[in-house]
Amino acid sequence: MVAEHSSKNFGITLRVWRQAGPTQPGRFVDYQSQDLNPNMSFLEMLDVVNDELTRKGEEPIAFAHDCREGICGTCACTINGKPHGPGKGVATCQVYMRAFRDGDVVTVEPFRAAAFPVIKDLVIDRSAFDRIQQAGGFITARAGSAPEANALPVPKPDADLAMDAAVCIGCGACVAACKNASAMLFVAAKVSHLGLMPQGQAERDRRVLAMVGVMDAEGFGNCTNQYECSAACPKLISHDFIARMNRDYFTASLRAAVKPASSGASGGA
Amino acid sequence: MATLDSKIPSGPLADKWRKHKTEIKLVNPSNKRKYEVIVVGAGLAGASAASTLADLGYKVKNFVFHDSPRRAHSIAAQGGINAAKNYQNDGDSVHRLFYDTLKGGDYRAREANVHRLAEVSVNIIDQCAALGVPFAREYGGLLANRSFGGAQVSRTFYARGQTGQQLLLGAYSSLSRTVGAGLVDLHTHSEMLDLVVVNGHAKGIIVRNLITGEISRHSADAVILATGGYGNVYNLSTYARGSNATAIMRAYRRGACLANPCYTQIHPTCIPVSGDYQSKLTLMSESLRNDGRVWAPKNPADRLKAPGEIAEQDRDYFLERLYPSFGNLCPRDVASRAAKRACDEGRGAGESGLGVYLDFADAIKRLGENGVRERYGNLFDIYHEITAESAYQTPMRIYPAVHYTMGGLWVDYNLMSNIPGLFVLGEANFSDHGSNRLGASALMQGLADGYFVIPYTIGDYLAGQKPGSRPSADAAEFKTAEDEIRGVTTRFLASKGKEPVSHFHKRLGKLMWEYCGMARTKQGLETALQKIPALREEFQTNVKVPGSGDTLNQSLEQAGRVADFIDLGELLARDALAREESCGGHFREEHQHPDGECKRDDDQFSHVAAWEYQGEGRAPVRNVEALNYEFVKMSVRNYK
Repeated sequence: MVAEHSSKNFGITLRVWRQAGPTQPGRFVDYQSQDLNPNMSFLEMLDVVNDELTRKGEEPIAFAHDCREGICGTCACTINGKPHGPGKGVATCQVYMRAFRDGDVVTVEPFRAAAFPVIKDLVIDRSAFDRIQQAGGFITARAGSAPEANALPVPKPDADLAMDAAVCIGCGACVAACKNASAMLFVAAKVSHLGLMPQGQAERDRRVLAMVGVMDAEGFGNCTNQYECSAACPKLISHDFIARMNRDYFTASLRAAVKPASSGASGGA
Repeated sequence: MATLDSKIPSGPLADKWRKHKTEIKLVNPSNKRKYEVIVVGAGLAGASAASTLADLGYKVKNFVFHDSPRRAHSIAAQGGINAAKNYQNDGDSVHRLFYDTLKGGDYRAREANVHRLAEVSVNIIDQCAALGVPFAREYGGLLANRSFGGAQVSRTFYARGQTGQQLLLGAYSSLSRTVGAGLVDLHTHSEMLDLVVVNGHAKGIIVRNLITGEISRHSADAVILATGGYGNVYNLSTYARGSNATAIMRAYRRGACLANPCYTQIHPTCIPVSGDYQSKLTLMSESLRNDGRVWAPKNPADRLKAPGEIAEQDRDYFLERLYPSFGNLCPRDVASRAAKRACDEGRGAGESGLGVYLDFADAIKRLGENGVRERYGNLFDIYHEITAESAYQTPMRIYPAVHYTMGGLWVDYNLMSNIPGLFVLGEANFSDHGSNRLGASALMQGLADGYFVIPYTIGDYLAGQKPGSRPSADAAEFKTAEDEIRGVTTRFLASKGKEPVSHFHKRLGKLMWEYCGMARTKQGLETALQKIPALREEFQTNVKVPGSGDTLNQSLEQAGRVADFIDLGELLARDALAREESCGGHFREEHQHPDGECKRDDDQFSHVAAWEYQGEGRAPVRNVEALNYEFVKMSVRNYK
């Protein structure tokens, strides 16, 4: 286990948001983090700080993390005011210490949004995203009922575009970056992914109405076209999908208003 | 001694599953809602099982330690999922997928299980496509394929380099649908800390809420564990940091046999270790070996040179040289050991000497940079993030790393452990990959178990349980289990030690990698078996767990998990020592062919070793289930 590219090690001042629990007040606390290797990840730097705190008998900084390769969407730090910190198209766990210089003061806080209450220190509650998904972020297809996969061709451009939206990792950076704490990019990504697939047509109207309904009820704000969401997105999902969702929402609302619905009372044997 | 009845149905191989499905007991639709099933975990296996069982009408409770079921580590699988669709018209079939998987596993899996896996593989693709998984497509709109290691056909379906993510989000969408409809009771931030066994049957679990610290009891008619693999016993691995073996180890201590723990997979193409602070190793998908060529310098003197300065004739494309018919696409265990040998010969690249090159220069010549970007762009981006190097300009430097565990809780053909009512799915069980898993088969197995096997086999068990007969969570067994858990938590928090949990995890990991890694010896394993108990003792007296038990306390979570890893590490070494042969991911230096390939001993070891707990401080019992091959002849794997 030999350090490679052993360029000179350095130190920073870490200014971290500490908050003991959801109802307690929080504050920034400074820690010195020395002997940093530029090839360390940002979270590895926090690991080292936490080990030092533990040895001193202090409580380590709680932070959310899991896969550490930018795909699970668990990590969620705002670093120097930017959700997921410096760098484009990366999650917090993909920030490396080479992005900082000796003597820097680095501010770390949780993603801020009323719909994402702080649980402790840098850990937030994003269960609102799950509730939006549960309202309609799916295609109903029970196991065992699926037709042969190649019976339904999907034009490659549609599948590719659907994939561009489907790469969302559900981290919430879009919400944290938005001055309105809007979840439109997150919701639009799922609405667009499923709406672009022929499989997703049967539930298309219901899906967009239900997901947007829960999104509003959860307290996320509206979109005012600043596109900070796309800029902060670790997967660089395009804000064009928001326009697509708005079109879907509009047509679904119209259809819901004018389309006669079955009473459901007369059929059956 | 536990009885290990594999319950493999009789009859011709290709008819076993069909016949079994028509013969096992069914639960009447109006009775299904009277049964409660606990599913622990929400990766591919857990999420697909929970939603499918809920759709069938069972009452399902799903527990995940993450903040959302979408975080499960299946999400990180990159390359693809195998299925015997034969869309490429290149000679694939259910039998070939079966045979490749069995051979890839070095003939240490059950024939019947593997054949069933190959059979349902085609249904998985249908199901995932129906859920809207945006698989890669050809211009005609039909599904595209690529090739993976250990196969001579293209049967791998994929969604860029994020196939696991897309399949998991598909399963998560079904889970979300059933949660939204009130069919699944989802508990997030909830870690299973014990299995409750009542009258010999698994009837519930004890859970700690990671946010509030609350410990609760949950009873059920059956318990399903889909909690993933135990690769983090090595500390550094491609697993997520949270991946742990706690659920399977707690079940083991309650009597469930743990099978073949020494079968661990070391993946050949990972980004090498860079320093002591390192928390994680990152995989570079096997799919890269479709177009990348693996090489090391021929001459040890060249190993510190920039790769561009090493002339073509001074490069050793060792996989192509050693395995001409499979070339760069030989199985993972074979490729990993070949890379290790090159490095052991002093030809490893970089300062550490632990690295070989994965070179795309030829692919870029053939496909153009954009062609390569379209196939692997996100992987090249990940590589760049971590190393600050562009693999379009210079070859990737790679080294093997722990990636998957084939061992796990023992299950029969119905995926039920030796504790009736306890089912184990996905990577948490031992069942389908033998001693080495082929690429793109983990996703296949997770979804096969959850979507297409457990919905049938759980009925066979539940039909024998009277509706409403499940014990109440007030039963004495629940109280005892809960008290024990509280005791463990209190002891950790009261410990007066000095070192953080990570200190012990790192030491365990180094020990495991050194003595139970890619090459194992009798002497090394015996050393491990002396050092691990000493480490355990030091852990118990010198660990420091700050904070309290009634809030989010990540040190406390880790302490429990590392305690389980220490016990598992010891069991792994014990299993590796007892298996006096080399097979797949288990390589004993004493047992090799002159060319360095695995030398199996089919007379002595064509069996599953299932370890049975005997109490603290007592040696576990090694039970044996013979592997009876009726249809395939065990032979020496040959990828040359």
